[in-house]
Amino acid sequence: MGKAKHYIAVTVLIIAATLVLRFFVLGPLYRLPMAASKEAGPIDVMFDAHFWLISFLFALIMVFMLYAAVVFRRKPGDDEMGPYVHGNTGLEIAWTILPTVIVIGFGVWGAVMLNELTTPNPQEMTIRVWGQQWAWLFEYPEQGNVTTPDLVLPLNQPIVLEMESRDVLHSFWIPEFRVKQDLLPGRKTYLRFTPTEPGDYEVRCAEICGLQHAVMIAQVHVLDEAGFAAWADERMAAPAYADMTPVERGQVWYTEFGCNACHSVDGTALAGPTWQAMYNHEAQLTDGSTATVDDAYIRESIVNPNLKIVTGFAANVMPQDFETRMAEKETAVLASEGVQLDIIADIIAYIQTIE
Amino acid sequence: MRTLGIIINSAYVRGLIGQAIFTFAGIGLVGGIRSAMGLETNVEPGVVLGAILGVIGFLLFAGVLTDWLKWIAGKKTPLRHGVPEGKPGWSRYLNVDVNHKVIGIQYGYTSILVLLVGGIFALVFRLELAQPGIQLLDAKTYNTLFSAHGIVMIASILLGVGAMTNYLVPLMIGASDMAFPRLNAFSYWVGIPAVVLILSGMVVGGWDTGWVGYPPLSLRAPLGVVLFLMGFYLNGLSSIASSINLLVTVSFMRAKGMTPFRMPIFVWAAVATSLIQFTATQTVGVALTLNVMERVAGLTFFNPTNGGDPVLYQHLFWFYSHPVVYVFVLPGLGIISELLPVFSRKPLFGYKWIALSSLGIAFVGFLVWAHHMFTSGMNDALRIPFMMATMFVAIPTGVKFFSWVATMWEGKLSFETPMLFVLGAISVFLIGGVTGPILGTIPTDLHLHDSYWVVGHFHATMFGGFIFPFFAAIYYWFPKITGRMYKESLGKLHFWLMVPGFWIMSLGQMQIGLLGMRRRIVDYEAVLGVQGTQVLITIAALVIGWSVLIMVYNLVSSARSKEMAVTNPWGSRSPEWQIPYPVPEFNYDVPFEVVGDPYDYGLDGSEYVHTQAAPVPSGD
Repeated sequence: MGKAKHYIAVTVLIIAATLVLRFFVLGPLYRLPMAASKEAGPIDVMFDAHFWLISFLFALIMVFMLYAAVVFRRKPGDDEMGPYVHGNTGLEIAWTILPTVIVIGFGVWGAVMLNELTTPNPQEMTIRVWGQQWAWLFEYPEQGNVTTPDLVLPLNQPIVLEMESRDVLHSFWIPEFRVKQDLLPGRKTYLRFTPTEPGDYEVRCAEICGLQHAVMIAQVHVLDEAGFAAWADERMAAPAYADMTPVERGQVWYTEFGCNACHSVDGTALAGPTWQAMYNHEAQLTDGSTATVDDAYIRESIVNPNLKIVTGFAANVMPQDFETRMAEKETAVLASEGVQLDIIADIIAYIQTIE
Repeated sequence: MRTLGIIINSAYVRGLIGQAIFTFAGIGLVGGIRSAMGLETNVEPGVVLGAILGVIGFLLFAGVLTDWLKWIAGKKTPLRHGVPEGKPGWSRYLNVDVNHKVIGIQYGYTSILVLLVGGIFALVFRLELAQPGIQLLDAKTYNTLFSAHGIVMIASILLGVGAMTNYLVPLMIGASDMAFPRLNAFSYWVGIPAVVLILSGMVVGGWDTGWVGYPPLSLRAPLGVVLFLMGFYLNGLSSIASSINLLVTVSFMRAKGMTPFRMPIFVWAAVATSLIQFTATQTVGVALTLNVMERVAGLTFFNPTNGGDPVLYQHLFWFYSHPVVYVFVLPGLGIISELLPVFSRKPLFGYKWIALSSLGIAFVGFLVWAHHMFTSGMNDALRIPFMMATMFVAIPTGVKFFSWVATMWEGKLSFETPMLFVLGAISVFLIGGVTGPILGTIPTDLHLHDSYWVVGHFHATMFGGFIFPFFAAIYYWFPKITGRMYKESLGKLHFWLMVPGFWIMSLGQMQIGLLGMRRRIVDYEAVLGVQGTQVLITIAALVIGWSVLIMVYNLVSSARSKEMAVTNPWGSRSPEWQIPYPVPEFNYDVPFEVVGDPYDYGLDGSEYVHTQAAPVPSGD
């Protein structure tokens, strides 16, 4: 009968198929993005172990199955039954115990690594991350609370992101850093990593967050120590709000409050009307009437966005808490610089300049 | 003319008319009350009441509730069996019928129709994704399409599971029907207005939450989300009702001698499935209800601005929505175990282990829901036990794979279309299986979570665990259902298009996910380097779509052929294959007794079922 012949052939084929899958299929075709954080190191080792496991298990079952399909196929005219084999308790126990050992091994490894990934580092630098439909804002408490729509990171500096959403769920993902964490409204979540490769990356929202989810992207710049210090100094040396013109301030508010996520300044149609050539023009509203976009209209549209909706756009898209958020910012500036600002007036001044 | 009359007067048409009337009545009622009270214009409360009334209207007009209402009025109503007088046999399938085989077939064609609808949604947005940039769809339409694709496919799968369990289980255990025939009809018919609600949600504004409907996004999404949530709820109601029916049927209506370990293996899978449906579905019902109430009535459960917790919704949602994955795949895995011995001419290897592994999967499936929330911000201390439990799913799943290859080993294999689809199912479910642990260990999941790796992984589990085995089952039992044989050449063509198509699709999805492609996005950047693979995936998806159309053509044209199939074309030992076509109204005119094990192929002189000599009156 030559039963041993089959098992020898299958063993050889499984080993060969595992190697082929690992080195000629998964190896060249299934690549991770470049590793640009310290955390990516151990995580990629685990990816590699999983790729070996995938290659072996896939080869194991497929080789057995295809070998049986070829070698044990029914010959024409053969009406006989196969051998009467009911089962084998020893085998069943073996293929229950062995996978158990493997998965427990991976589970323990994963738990230990997760612990390392989430343990606070005494040297870590805090950056606050705000997500809102559909923009990111980064705030640097250790650099005078400067804010920026791009994430700027110092090389080799352990970072902890203190993240919160202003509206719905979002998720922070830089594929080159390998780690991901959701942002929740009303609760802070934390993500830790250390950038190890200078360069430009993107943080993309990974949790469906509504209409423009696909474009909720911010630029990430990893600078060396000197570069980051220079950037931070430049930002901190930025003139006080009181010393800026209303138009300059309006431009700052445009990104700080995330207006840029939905309102372009170059005529591009996003989730909201473009600000280009909007001031003093007529807007066609969904209730059939028209309105002139003047100071009063803009103020009303920021404070109570659902009151008048421009044709072609939807209600309930724009956040309805801008009045509160802007008042908070005005109070903060009053405390630090002693001037009372009117943020909406600044934004109107900025809008007037966009032709 | 007469045909048209029967169609116009069918329960589908009557039900839809009832649903329309009652829906608008509900909207009008609430609108009238609100305007009388001087409240601001808000259509949503009206839509909610309209949706609820609409479902009742559908059931009333279709005639699903007639018997029960008569009971309440004190009238007795005997079960109506058989073809209605003076009408053609096919008219049964368009009306409320209590026979489990009729209901099974109704589930079956509805499942395929809904599958085609969900498939078309997918093909439309796949075309959009073939190239970076926006070509065909705007973001709003895209979001609605992918959200609807998810829930429509889930509806289709639940219907398909209903088709298999309803048609097969009573036949396999020798029962005359399901335990509660009227409830059985209700379970099917309540699924129709559910699909109508979901599809109409796409028309009235659509929604952009995906099929998960996470708050707070669901609280701000367009109106369509309300109809989606309510349609989803109804699917759950159908699930609970049918699972109770099945558990009672299997518990009390088995043929003489059919001890638990002598049941056909598919029955074990159906029982494990029903246990999950019966015990888990309620929590998603709670989650969906709270979501709708928060949105429409202003109650706060999930919105943190008013003291709610968005993560709580995710726990409630996944407590059902993870186990339901096993509702989708366990019947399919049961089909694989059922068919392999027949086409291998060999006993099922390790019957008891396979039977118990279904229960094992069902049990472990309850302990792993939070792996959908590894990045959600839940407590770190919770993540580790859920990671361990998730890894344990691999153990009973592995038992199935090993037992399947051991069943084939040294058998005498033949490769008719059902067997090909079984082997295709094993290969595809294997892709889904081996790509799971990498999502289970949290450090690697932190990269893969919400990426296309996940999309590829679960499409492989769904196709391998449901679609391929479902198609295998359709081809396999087609001669039993129609008395005709499908066309083998077209069946093979279907297989040889769909298997490579699916492999390319899901392996491609995983590849781009690894590179950073996110789920649920209408557009991606060329910088990701996924463009070539996206084109391949789209072509593969189109091939899958065409291959399914070939199957539909094959089934329809073969059912109309004049040539009859032989009684037991596969040489199966299962009882339903021992009786000729057509299967009698009450299945077995002469009850059988189980005298052996179901899969003793190759044991000389053995018998599984033994038909008693004297006929016994059918148990009405």
